[in-house]
Amino acid sequence: MAPLADTVTDVNTGEQVVFWVTAILAVAGALGMILSRKAVHSALWIALTMINLAILYIANSAPFLGMVQIIVYTGAVMMLFLFVLMVVGVDSSDSLIETIKGQRLAAILLGLGMGILLVWGIGNALVESPSVGLTAANEEFGGNVEGIANLIFTRYLLVFELTSALLITAAMGAMVLAHRDRWKPLPSQRDLSLARFRSGQHPGNLPNPGVYARHNAVDTPALLPDGGTSDISVPAPVRARGDERPLDRVDIDEVRQISEGESDLPEGSKE
Amino acid sequence: MNPMNYVVLSALLFTIGSLGVLVRRNAIVVFMSVELMLNAANLAFVSFARMNGNLDGQVVAFFVMVVAAAEVVVGLAIIVTIFRTRRSASIDEPNLLKY
Repeated sequence: MAPLADTVTDVNTGEQVVFWVTAILAVAGALGMILSRKAVHSALWIALTMINLAILYIANSAPFLGMVQIIVYTGAVMMLFLFVLMVVGVDSSDSLIETIKGQRLAAILLGLGMGILLVWGIGNALVESPSVGLTAANEEFGGNVEGIANLIFTRYLLVFELTSALLITAAMGAMVLAHRDRWKPLPSQRDLSLARFRSGQHPGNLPNPGVYARHNAVDTPALLPDGGTSDISVPAPVRARGDERPLDRVDIDEVRQISEGESDLPEGSKE
Repeated sequence: MNPMNYVVLSALLFTIGSLGVLVRRNAIVVFMSVELMLNAANLAFVSFARMNGNLDGQVVAFFVMVVAAAEVVVGLAIIVTIFRTRRSASIDEPNLLKY
């Protein structure tokens, strides 16, 4: 299709810089994910890896996949992981007891072996393979997105249709798995109201604090009909701190005297 | 430097992901490691697409992303269901199923 490039490489200096920076960050994120004890830290580390992989896709002339990577992985998948972590409990960390003896050591040895095999094997087998580059393929239909769309809707049309079935099945499966049967019937508004009155607690709003000529702050208790004060009219924290304002009896006595006609106020102000 | 470095990086990430699957106990972290392995495979697909000069690799990577998203949805639902009954997200606990 596209003519072979003259050299084996089509990587310029800028891409080299991008590669080394993002590759180091991606590996650091991956290592941080398997090394951190808390699951939330692991999620944040792997989000770093995903973002760096998106940059690497874009550097590999796959801008569409890079954007999809950011939207789908860091945007949707990692946030779903964080949601589930919140459900399961943020502070759930690994137990350090090995149920299979020597499993960790064997796993690390096998992992290192596989890493060496992959890097050395692939590296030796393919290191001289030429890189054609995607410039021609991307420009065939006017852009990367158009090229991918052309492939999806012609050669891979059946796979694409099957994908929709897969997604619907996955959504149904998640709903079925996450569904929980109700043990008790849903309480109606009447049930809730009855329960509220049966509980013995104050059913409505608590009384407001007292409003007097000189004070109406929350620390002023309201007056009861018998002349005493209502404890529940002052918020509990204020009461607990002992900041309740003692009632100024002068006000009340003045009012009583006026109403009972035995005020000792000056004659002029009485009329 | 030639685009092979991308493939080597993807092999490295795949190795780290498989190590995570083998070593970690928390089911959610194991799941993240599986995601990392899928992403490493995607990176290899994308760089092979570039080396071969056609877009098929990118389309395959796109389908891998779709499958990964579906897998995450179902897998996390299973983890939540197991957590509800066993109060634990450790992958050592469900082995009690065999007794």
